[in-house]
Amino acid sequence: MSCAETITNYALRSLGHGERLLPRSDFNLCQQFTLIGSGLIWNLYFAFFALLIGFFFANALALAKASENRWLRGAANGFIFVFRGSPLFIQFFIAYQALVLLPRGGIDIFGVNIATSWLTRAWAGALIVLTLNTAAYSAQIFYGALQSVPKGDLEAADAYGLSGWKKFRRVVWPTMMRLAWPSYTNEAIFLFHATTLVYFAGFPAFQQMGDSLYYASYFADRTFNPFVAYPIVAFYFILCTLALIGLFGIMNRRLNRHLPGATKRLKYRPQIIR
Amino acid sequence: MFEFCADPASLEGMQWTMCYLTTGTHMLFYASFGTVLLLLAITAPVALLFGFGGAMASRSGFLPLRWFGKIYTSMVRGIPDIIFFLFVPLALDQAFEWTRHQFLCDSDAPVRQGNDFIVCAAAKLPLSNSAAWVHDVYGIFLAIIAFSIVFGAFAANVLYGAMQAVPRAQLETAEAYGMSQRQVTRRILIPQMWTYALPGLSNLWMILLKATPLLFLLGVEDIVYWARELGSSKTSAFAYPHPDWRLYYFLGILVFYLLMTWLSERVLGRVTRRLSAGQATMAGERQRKAGVA
Repeated sequence: MSCAETITNYALRSLGHGERLLPRSDFNLCQQFTLIGSGLIWNLYFAFFALLIGFFFANALALAKASENRWLRGAANGFIFVFRGSPLFIQFFIAYQALVLLPRGGIDIFGVNIATSWLTRAWAGALIVLTLNTAAYSAQIFYGALQSVPKGDLEAADAYGLSGWKKFRRVVWPTMMRLAWPSYTNEAIFLFHATTLVYFAGFPAFQQMGDSLYYASYFADRTFNPFVAYPIVAFYFILCTLALIGLFGIMNRRLNRHLPGATKRLKYRPQIIR
Repeated sequence: MFEFCADPASLEGMQWTMCYLTTGTHMLFYASFGTVLLLLAITAPVALLFGFGGAMASRSGFLPLRWFGKIYTSMVRGIPDIIFFLFVPLALDQAFEWTRHQFLCDSDAPVRQGNDFIVCAAAKLPLSNSAAWVHDVYGIFLAIIAFSIVFGAFAANVLYGAMQAVPRAQLETAEAYGMSQRQVTRRILIPQMWTYALPGLSNLWMILLKATPLLFLLGVEDIVYWARELGSSKTSAFAYPHPDWRLYYFLGILVFYLLMTWLSERVLGRVTRRLSAGQATMAGERQRKAGVA
């Protein structure tokens, strides 16, 4: 089988398209690159949607944590404590076990049947866990940034007659984002790397549709050779991480565009903050 | 454990629970918490040592050594740690066996034959006739090395940053006093860097703590392994039949980790306060003022 054929057969294998059977013997580099790259679709899917949904959720959580209301603050603190204080690996296991316990036939609410079986599949169940997890970590970052919004900025906003939502939208929130962005970049990278855990923690790979590390370990197990498959995943992840840093750097420049001299490149120093 | 546990089928309620929770396999489950703590106790200092080596290497004046240090410290930035956890034990195991194969076997057959990795019986690690505990210890040993390499790289990042943060003037003063490079490093740089390294190292400890369930992926019989084993549904063929209780076992593990992180946070907070006492930093200044007031 030529490499072009391999690509047409396996490029979308992780989504269930193309050849059903995975290669079983005579593994070549082309197959490994194609299948592992195909699995990368899932890593990107999990990272993208978890970050997107988690971002909004984290903002709400950060505001709740900073709110005057005792109950709201307590709830936000509890949520953040549980998700930051326990391993993601265990969270995956618990979520899967809990979701499996839901009735198979779905839940009847006022005669309307709500299906539940899709929740035990990785694309939904693992995404929920990753979203909640990143929301908790990001909320902590955003809360820290919110606390360090300069007093002068708030006074200036008052002087301009801004108040309530307008003040938040125009002054507090942009500053909070600007301050949080370097740490948030770090969190995004951590989350992207954490997506490799999905198929090793509870969630089964339905019909061998897994992520890049799933296929890499498939090859490593079959060939007894860790020196080919794992470096390939590592290569893909380094490329994606660089792209991620680039994207977040563009955003960082935009957030800092009003500050002369602050539009320097976002220097990624991995603060070990997870 | 208790005498009334002799016939599990006749037990009920509280007695059943007590007997159930003290079976032999449950004792192994409780002991596996010790495995996790053991891993932490060994990995933390070894990783710190690796990190120290990595940080020193990236500051070295010798180019190849500096490259090695830079690559070591930056590899964890782009590559997920789980890949290392899967790769390192397997690679190390094969490296050991390959080396032993060169010395202990007299066959000329290549080690890699197609999709197989074949060494002669004498080169196997651990030897196939060794006791079961040797296999367990070897597995844990490989796991500890994998954890130490990954967390050593993280620690190298932290320590490198801390070394860079030590004020340049301090080192220059030491040089002006006629100290050699080695003396400057030993007497000025290393004692001063800890204050700057502590926040990063605290975070690193938390990450290490939360990475310990990954032991399960390395085939070690840790708490996750036992939780899955004990929690899965038991038919009436077992002494203590029960439905699928894995969720409850995992919730127990969750509580264990929450307690550990909560405890660590408190201890690390205290250490930070102790270390910043008398330091010319913001935290130290705040403490001084609070003491006066």
